[in-house]
Amino acid sequence: MSGLSSAWSVTEPSSRQKWIAGILVIGYALITMMPLLWVFLTGFKTPPDSISYPPKVIFEPSVEGYVNLFTTRTRVTPSQLDALPPPANFAEEIVRQRDMVIAGPSKFGERFMNSVIIGFGSTFLSIVLGTMAAYAFSRFRIPFTDDLMFFILSTRMMPPIAVAIPIFLMYRQLGLSDTHLGMILLYTAVNISLAVWLLKGFIDEIPREYEEAALIDGYTRFQAFYKVVLPQAATGIASTAIFCLIFAWNEYAFAVLLTSGNAQTAPPFIPTIIGVGGLDWPAVAAGATIFLLPVMIFTILLRKHLLRGITFGAVRK
Amino acid sequence: MNDSVATRAAQATPPGVARRVKGLSDRAIAWIFVGPTIFLLLAINIFPLIWTIRLSFTNFRANRPNREVEWVGLRNYERILGDSDIWLSMQATAHFLIWTIVLQVLIGFTLAWLINKKFRGNDLWTTIIVLPMMLSPAVVGNFWTFLYQPQIGLFNYVITWFTGADPSSFEMLGSVNLAPWSIIIVDTWMWTPFVMLICLAGLRSIPDYIYEAAEIDRASKLRQFFTITLPMVLPFLMLAVLFRGIENFKMFDLVVQLTGGGPGSITELASINLKREAFEKWRTGYSSAFAIILFVTVFGLASIYVKALNKVKER
Repeated sequence: MSGLSSAWSVTEPSSRQKWIAGILVIGYALITMMPLLWVFLTGFKTPPDSISYPPKVIFEPSVEGYVNLFTTRTRVTPSQLDALPPPANFAEEIVRQRDMVIAGPSKFGERFMNSVIIGFGSTFLSIVLGTMAAYAFSRFRIPFTDDLMFFILSTRMMPPIAVAIPIFLMYRQLGLSDTHLGMILLYTAVNISLAVWLLKGFIDEIPREYEEAALIDGYTRFQAFYKVVLPQAATGIASTAIFCLIFAWNEYAFAVLLTSGNAQTAPPFIPTIIGVGGLDWPAVAAGATIFLLPVMIFTILLRKHLLRGITFGAVRK
Repeated sequence: MNDSVATRAAQATPPGVARRVKGLSDRAIAWIFVGPTIFLLLAINIFPLIWTIRLSFTNFRANRPNREVEWVGLRNYERILGDSDIWLSMQATAHFLIWTIVLQVLIGFTLAWLINKKFRGNDLWTTIIVLPMMLSPAVVGNFWTFLYQPQIGLFNYVITWFTGADPSSFEMLGSVNLAPWSIIIVDTWMWTPFVMLICLAGLRSIPDYIYEAAEIDRASKLRQFFTITLPMVLPFLMLAVLFRGIENFKMFDLVVQLTGGGPGSITELASINLKREAFEKWRTGYSSAFAIILFVTVFGLASIYVKALNKVKER
């Protein structure tokens, strides 16, 4: 009889259904997290532990992978090793256990900084240009708006390699190959389609009456845009910015084809981390962990706007 | 709804309001605001595309810029259509495309359907499931090569644990039979959440009253699923397939890191073949023609598909 006393809906799944669904989804989530967890753990293994059979789940944690990621090392003979002064820090100590000494910093720090510079640079530019264009498309009558918007979208359908050939030639002529500026401009061009589409959606949702009131109060159109629309669109702009940043952060095809040393970002670099005798898996895992962690944190922050971002605003929830 | 409200507001605004205020005219501001974006896209997207079209009619080689360039007309295109390597790479692409979409739609829809049962904590688990798709495909491909290592890899170990097979008896990436499936597994792991999220949005858009009405009509749960749930999620599902289709047709980074197109050229997808022609063999003219063919194919297929999608939406 208790069922009758509370509000009951036919669309509400029974508690048994909820249990089964919950168990299946959590099971999938745990399986899907396994590879990521494994990479995280491998970053804290010693190289012999990382390639042991059967795979070690319980092991003595070590930061050797991280030390190897940030340094280059040379092998020395035991007698040379004995002649050295005692190790200055923990990194020296770890390296010496393998009969090696630290020769200098590796390129990882530099590549990571390139990712940061190019990521933030192109995000900033895409957001500035994208907000302006989105505002104009949203508020003014621009001839061929639909055609222009579709044109902006269609630039995303080209395989990156197809555009890479002439860009490679063009950048060689202009002296932009392997420069930060060149990569920033390129990623901006790729990201701007996403930025315009998403931001137009966000700005469309801001009532026009606000700006009109401001215009009547004597603001210029630009002041109205700057002081009324921008603050209203702040959340939308922030989430669009994170999407642009993640794209630039993850991009590989252009980076591997158009950069080699100076402006190379981390994604083409991480797979090339080589240790003594094949790939140094803990170092690779450490690099992947450092590189992927910021994106995971941003994804959790973004979760409310995720769907909108990944579908170019086609699905708004 | 939002759009129509905005449009109505626009129509209700006297056109004079904007013009009466001081400063630049609206038209000038519109062009100043849109101009830089259009310029950037023209310079870095359209100009290169036109250049690619031009190159596709020549025998230009980017590694020998000083050699005299000859116009060869449509010869590059003719040779591509008769090139068995290219057809093999298109076959590999089709195999990859079809299976990734089938698996991602099945798993993604099922997950969305389960999450929509609204068990406690479903938001948290959804966020966890979504993580893989936001990561860098190249780095993902790189660490999956570690998981796929013949003896020491976690993937092989888990398979061994379940099937009892010898862990060093199979190589996921090194064997001609398994490599095409290895790349499908990783892509499915990475992108199922994408399909799931879009399906979830579709499921959540179905108003409760439709189910309530069906319940009053004594329609069975199965019948409700096929006559309400599925048709109403279909446009969303088709949108997800469109996005995945375009992305996987251009697939490059993930697979390059996993197999590099190997063993032999069994996983050499169209983009990987294109990269080899353009940046290893330096047949710039030839690869430009291939790039144009790929672009036209994606664009054509996507346009036809969007038409079908709009028909489904209208129903």
